Order: sequence, then C-alpha cells, then structure tokens
Amino acid sequence: MATDQSALPSPTPRNFASKRTKRRALAIGGFIVTLFLTFLGLLAITFFIGRVIPIDPVLAVVGDRATQAQYDAAKIAMGLDRPLYEQFFTYVVNVFSGDLGRSVSTGRAVADDLSRFFPATFEMATLGILIGVALGVPLGVTAASRQGSWLDQAIRVVGLLGYSVPAFWLGLVGLALFYARLRWVGGPGRLDIFFDGLVTPITGMILIDSLIQGEFEIFMNALWHIILPASVLGFFSLAYIARMTRSFMLDQLSQEFVTTARVKGVPERIVIWRHAFNPIRVPLITVIGLSYAGLLEGSVMIETVFSWPGIGNYLTTALLNADMNAVLGSTLVIGAVFIVINKVSDVLYRVLDPRAR
Amino acid sequence: MTTRAWLLADSPTSRWQANAGRAYRVFTALLRNPLSVLGGVIILVLLLTALFAPWIAPFSPTGQNLSQRLLPPSGVNWMGTDELGRDIFSRVVWGSQITLTIVLMVALISAPLGLLIGAISGYFGGWVDKILMGFTDIFLSLPKLILALAFVAALGPGINNAIIAIAITSWPAYARIARAETLTIRNAEYISAVQLAGGGPIRVIVQHILPLCTSSMIVRVTLDMAGVILTAAGLGFIGLGAQPPLPEWGAMISRGRTFILDQWWVATMPGFAIIIVSLGFCFLGDGLRDVLDPKSEGKS
Repeated sequence: MATDQSALPSPTPRNFASKRTKRRALAIGGFIVTLFLTFLGLLAITFFIGRVIPIDPVLAVVGDRATQAQYDAAKIAMGLDRPLYEQFFTYVVNVFSGDLGRSVSTGRAVADDLSRFFPATFEMATLGILIGVALGVPLGVTAASRQGSWLDQAIRVVGLLGYSVPAFWLGLVGLALFYARLRWVGGPGRLDIFFDGLVTPITGMILIDSLIQGEFEIFMNALWHIILPASVLGFFSLAYIARMTRSFMLDQLSQEFVTTARVKGVPERIVIWRHAFNPIRVPLITVIGLSYAGLLEGSVMIETVFSWPGIGNYLTTALLNADMNAVLGSTLVIGAVFIVINKVSDVLYRVLDPRAR
Repeated sequence: MTTRAWLLADSPTSRWQANAGRAYRVFTALLRNPLSVLGGVIILVLLLTALFAPWIAPFSPTGQNLSQRLLPPSGVNWMGTDELGRDIFSRVVWGSQITLTIVLMVALISAPLGLLIGAISGYFGGWVDKILMGFTDIFLSLPKLILALAFVAALGPGINNAIIAIAITSWPAYARIARAETLTIRNAEYISAVQLAGGGPIRVIVQHILPLCTSSMIVRVTLDMAGVILTAAGLGFIGLGAQPPLPEWGAMISRGRTFILDQWWVATMPGFAIIIVSLGFCFLGDGLRDVLDPKSEGKS
C-alpha cells in the first residue's frame, strides 16, 4: 500500500482535502442507498410473506363464516382488489409512515405494541452483549496466547457449545437450577409481582427507570430477574466473540513484529495486550456488532422461556395466534435493527481501519 | 500392490483411482484429529439410530401409559417418562429420524440452489451478477431465525414447511461461497479450453465449475448443520415445527417446560440429544475445514 501512495504525484493539501470530502460524501451516499435498498428488500419479503403466500389473505381476516358481502367489503378495505405492485407501494408508504396495521389479538396498532415491548428486549440484549464482551474477549486472548494448551481446548469447546446448545433449553435448565433449586436469581418476568407497576416507565428500561426515580429496592429486584436471561444470551455472544478473538489474535501473534518485540525483551503481557491486541480492536468491533444483532434474534427464544415482555415474546404469541400483522411488524422491526447494526458496524470498520479505506 | 499403495499412488491411472486416493487422504488426515473422529462417530451413531430406531427403542414412542407418568430415569426407563407415560429414551431414539430428515432435506435443497445461483452469478458477471448478488445480500443481512419464523407462520406449521422455511433462509451463504470460488477459476486456462472446444455456459458451469466448489461447500454445509438443527428445534419448541405426537426433540422440550421445576428430565433429556448431535456436526465440520479448506479458518 505504502509504495502505491509514494508512486503517485503528491497532491497539494487543498486538492487532497477536497478529494477526500468528495470521496467521503460518495461513500455516505452509497451507504444510504444500500441501506435503503436492503430495507426495501426486507419489505418485499415481508410483503411476499403476508400477501402472496397465504392462499386467501381475506379469508384469514374475516374467517370462513363470513357472507359474500362481508368478504367483498374486507377485500376492498384491504386493498386486495388492486394490482400487486400497487399494493406493495401502499404497503411501503404505510410502513414508512409508521403504520404496521392492527394486531388481531391485542386490538392495538402493531407499531404502538412494538414500541412498548422494545425497551425490554433492548435492555436484556444490551446487558447480554456486555457480559459477552467482558468475558469473551479475555477468553479469546488467553486461548490464543496459550495455543494448544488444555485451556485453549476448553475454550474451543465452550465456543462450539455456543453453536450447539439450544438457547431455550439453556434458559430452562438455568431456571430449574439457579431459580428453583439454588434460589440465586429471580424467576420469570422482569420484576417480582408486588413491584409490578411501581415504576413509571420513562425509558421503558426498568434498570434505568428505577435508578432515575431512586427506587433502589426495585432496581435490585429487576437486576435479580434480568441476570439469568441476560447471562444465557451473553453466553452465546461470548462463544462467538471468544472464537473470533482467538482467531484474530493467532493471526497477529504469528507476525514478525510480535517476534521482534519478544526478541527485544518486551514483557509477554505487553506483547499480547499492546502489540497484538491493538490491531485487532477494529475487526472486533464488527464481530461485536454482528453478535449484538444476533442477540436481538436470540432473545426471541429466551423471552419465550422467561416470559419476558419483549418483542420476542410478542412475536411468538402472535405466531401462535396467526396474527399476521403483528408477526410481520415484529419481523420488520427486528430485521431493520439487524440491518442497521450490520451496516453500521461495517462502516465503522472502514472508518476506523485505515487499511480498509 | 497393496490397496494402500494403490490409493496413495503418485500417478493414478484412472479417474476412479484419483478420486479414491483423494478421499483416502482426507480420511486419514481426519483420523489424526481426535475431535473430528469424535464428530464422525457421533454422526455415524445418529445415522444408525435413525435407521434402526424400531429395534433400538425399547418402548413405543407414542404408546401412552398413564400409570407410568413422569417417572424419573431408572434402569427400565433410561431417561424417565413424560406426562403421558411415554418412555423418553424411545422418543429420543425415534426423534433422530425427524432430525436427520430435516437436516438432509435442508442440505439437499439449499446447497444446490445456492451453488447454482452463486456459480451463475460469478460466471456471467455484469448485471446478472449484480441482480443475483443484490438479492443474496438482502437475504444475508436479515436474521435467519426470524425470517424462518415468519415463513412458517404464513405457510402453516409442520415439518415440511419448517424444512422449506429453513432452506429458504440458508441458501444465500452458499451462493456467496460458490460465487467467490467461481470468480477465482472463471479465467483459468482449462475453462478457456472448454469454451474454445465449443462448451456452452451450462456445460462449463455444471461440469467444470461446480465440481471445484464442492469441497468448500461440504465444509460449510457440515458447519451449518448445527444451526439448522437448532432452528428446527426452535420451531418445534414454539409449536410451529413437527406437530404432536411426533417425537421431535424441540417439541419434546417444549412439553417438558411445565414440569421443569420438579420433573427436570422431561425437558432436559431431549436437549442433550440436540447438543450432542449439533456438537458432532461442529467437530466434523471443523476437522473437514482444517483438511479441505484451511484458509477459511475464522471466517464462518
């Protein structure tokens, strides 16, 4: 790379700056376009699932006892008499104006439901990723610095367990062991029943709301309840993060500058945590971003097990009631968050790593 | 000439000998890694269990016996009994057939589909590539499990629909791999030779490009199988996969949920089956990757 640069005629500073601004603007524009296209793709898929796969979406709404007149009225009200591309256009416009339809089972607008349930999921996933990063990165670094040792093997097996243990099963076993048997943590739900409704929702995240309002007892109770589901979620990101950290570190540790540092007599601790770890911080951000997005997905199963009132629980309830508006709304929101985290961590990587610019 | 010498001959005299020799080398390389041997053994046991389930299972998987309900694991009922008095071990044994069916069907649908899309995309390039890969990227950037859930919700519950939903969500990764492989060999001289000899695009892709993608595909498919098993079990757990009384492992865990506090074995035992089989695919996939595709370590 360095030789390429020096071979070019050196640009005047001003010229260089304007070129860089231009390039950056282009990159941002391209980013927005891909983000938009991907989101449109997601909409096309949810539209396809909701309107095209069911043989008769009208029947799904009115039921098979409806008269012909009711059926026709519903068909026109749903806009199903118009051509498919027009329906899709209306759908896109509706979604962008925040209208996701009405949930059959709760009777409220899906968008309202989702904004009410989202904070609980967000709170749990965030705590989960914190646990995953706090444990996964050191584990991965340790495994790489002692490659081939029994510790490395053990960490490798933990990493593979992250790919082979069903999240819902781990949640159930955790409940049976730590809640029912040992009484170390709280049971299902976000709070004990007698604390319910005592905190006014501000952010919707009980840990934060209770701290703002100075309700320390409620904070402890919420922590007591969230710690198990968040740890179970955290385990899965831990497994992935540790595996990737190990692989990145092994790449670095085999490089010549690491050997040089060791030959110079730099203490091993500094070789590992400064020389080898510093360059992998940037790719790690991408890995953490991806695994955070994965946790939003994983929370669907965990929430079902822990009766956690988040989007995942909302989604599974809707699935069982064949409440398609709610299913597609949740799919859309989780998908959109997933896409944004994905793309942002990709961009962050390019911004932070000079080699990828 | 011993069989071994024939297999390891430096100048094989037939295509069959070359292929057999290569398979033998991969096999011996795998044997040197204890974890991949373990993985292979687990998969073998799964295959045998599924094939011989009627002879292995001591009891009927669906026969109810209410006087025997919720018994703890014992010498007779190795994994205990469930709320209808059915032997959990027998159900786990029969459940292996369902798991194996799902895994095989998903692999048979999604791998060839992804392979074909990726190879076409890489071979033709240009706007074909742009459209196909744009489509692939959109699918890749969506959460798999959620998408599968939404598909099953629209298609209706059941094993077949679960297979379709999982296959729909897993082909894009294969398309990406196949495209990357195709790009590296598209301009090779032997491809030009086939083209000059009058080989059309279908012939080039099917006979000369696809076979070269298989080794990286095998690695990736094996590694992905654990994910497929987990997704299928998840669908079963939510109640959208295999329907009762089928002994699907995820659905069995779901039924045991009610008893998790007192009769822990009902939900726990099928979970062990899922973990062991998934780990088996992971171990084998890891070993295969080290042998067939060492450069891709850490990219999965």
